[in-house]
Amino acid sequence: MSDTPNPNDTPESAGQEPEEPRTPHRIIGTPPPAQSRAMLADETGDHHEPPPELPPVPDNPVRARRAERIVAACFLLSALAGVGFIAAYVGLEVNGLDSTLRSNLALGTSLSVVFLGLGVGAVLWVRNIMPDVELTEQRKPLASPPEQREEFAETFNAGAAASGFKRPLLRRTLLLATAPLAAIPLVLLRDMGPLPGTSLRHTVWRKGMRLIVYGPNTPLRPADFSNPGQMITVVPEGYQDNQVALAKATTIIIKFAPGQLRPPTVMNWTVDDIVAYSKICTHVGCPVALYEQTTHHILCPCHQSTFDAIHGARVIFGPAPRALPQLPLGTDSQGYLIATSDYHVPVGPSFWELGGSGFTGGNES
Amino acid sequence: MSLITARRRRRAAGYAVIVLGLLTAGVAYATVTGQPGTAAAATPSSASPKQIAEGASLFSVTCASCHGMNAQGTSQGPSLIGVGAAAVDFQVSTGRMPAKEISAEMPRKPPVFDTAQTHAIAAYIASLGGGPAIPSAAEVSPIGADMALGQSLFITDCAQCHNFSGAGGALTYGKYAPALTHSTPTQIYEAMLTGPEAMPVFNDTTITPAQKRDIIAYITTVRSEANPGGFSLGRIGPVTEGLVAFLGGIGSLVFASIWITLKRREHT
Repeated sequence: MSDTPNPNDTPESAGQEPEEPRTPHRIIGTPPPAQSRAMLADETGDHHEPPPELPPVPDNPVRARRAERIVAACFLLSALAGVGFIAAYVGLEVNGLDSTLRSNLALGTSLSVVFLGLGVGAVLWVRNIMPDVELTEQRKPLASPPEQREEFAETFNAGAAASGFKRPLLRRTLLLATAPLAAIPLVLLRDMGPLPGTSLRHTVWRKGMRLIVYGPNTPLRPADFSNPGQMITVVPEGYQDNQVALAKATTIIIKFAPGQLRPPTVMNWTVDDIVAYSKICTHVGCPVALYEQTTHHILCPCHQSTFDAIHGARVIFGPAPRALPQLPLGTDSQGYLIATSDYHVPVGPSFWELGGSGFTGGNES
Repeated sequence: MSLITARRRRRAAGYAVIVLGLLTAGVAYATVTGQPGTAAAATPSSASPKQIAEGASLFSVTCASCHGMNAQGTSQGPSLIGVGAAAVDFQVSTGRMPAKEISAEMPRKPPVFDTAQTHAIAAYIASLGGGPAIPSAAEVSPIGADMALGQSLFITDCAQCHNFSGAGGALTYGKYAPALTHSTPTQIYEAMLTGPEAMPVFNDTTITPAQKRDIIAYITTVRSEANPGGFSLGRIGPVTEGLVAFLGGIGSLVFASIWITLKRREHT
């Protein structure tokens, strides 16, 4: 190996110290280089071992003969299945659902047997009949000989000189042509906007808007919703079919026994111990309505954030960063439940621009 | 050198692993899939003094130890005055009451009392202080109901706990929303009306009786529809079979590849 011309000895690096020859490092876990069994020695011919004789007969003739019969059977099966495929293709009609099903089954099965027979036969052939001799072929240097490399460099330089690339006008206009190309992606980024503005801070709830039960779309009087332990999903009247609006405005109302509600629930925003909270989890916006009337917990099914409905839906467990926003409730002249304003804090997932108070307090903004 | 390490290179080891894996999967599959039973539908009857007396006698023997001699409640169980016949019928006909033990969630089990006894206890409790009555068969019948509205209501107000197909789901601290696969229309109606355990109440002025029938129609229709596959994960579909087939198929391919490239043992 030491006589091998160092492939790094190109004209450019001729002055440097010759590096160590490119002997392959042995990787841990791989077998050692099988020098003695190498079929091809390296080019210098230092290790001209004679290639091992391939045995003319298999080392286990009985086994080989048995395997030969099995392999032949596999190939015959494959041939029969191939004929069967042709027969199925020609013979089976496809003019209905059931007949197509039968045809597909026959075609698929026969073609599978064709390939399976070939594959199994080939593997058995290799494993039982072909000789099991390990050969090692040494890798040749990847670099081209120095003469070829020099020749290439000359050709390249001659071509470059003849191409006229040194003409300044051509070169500069070519560079200029690529500059807008680089700017195009930056311009395309513009269409990722517009920015959400204040839309994250508002829902469609407005003063005087009735709460209607989602589904039958009926408004509710406090007397209709009179059993402590009740919960129902409500939406703003007029927006029951607007899924974009409902994605933020959907609300749950819960009825409590008198005196059950505690701060930081805003008592002025409740009617007859009915309290309204946003149904959109403040974590990542799942619909949060697993309400347990025994514990007064509102549970989010996605990440188990748990809110205490008595205490202003404050977070008592889970990743939600802040309480569920409370919707101010009132009644209109006909006695139906209405919102007296929009939510006072943003509903749904918290965001960077929300501000510090949103991550700590509840609804007292 | 452990036993497995010593024997894993043997020829039969690969097949043994495959057979063992298939056996485990099969047994697990057979364990988790069971045949749903059926529960008898209950029909209400008007309360007579004799029925109330029979209910009081049953109550004093079976229920009074937790709920008090006069159903006034103890530290072990809540007061039943004013809960109504519907609540009693729900709890007793689903086998939740009488409870074996006080746990986070009373499980559904075969009922202890027959329909007449259940109605007698219900009549006794109703005589103590009113409350919602047991609905009639016509009030809970899903025939002719608006299933689309039922689905809308169920998805909005029930599915978060009971799953979109009524398969049930977990709540906090060991509580869970039960599967609705065995519930009779009467029991579903009574559950909405009375809010058993952690479930909220859906009274008749919020979800009207007609809308309750719509919800029952949705539940009973969805659960009777064909459910392809075995372990359907709450009607998600034959996902588990696909996963098992995929893992088994990939595993077989790996073992086949190992066998193809396995070096023949040198016997000489």
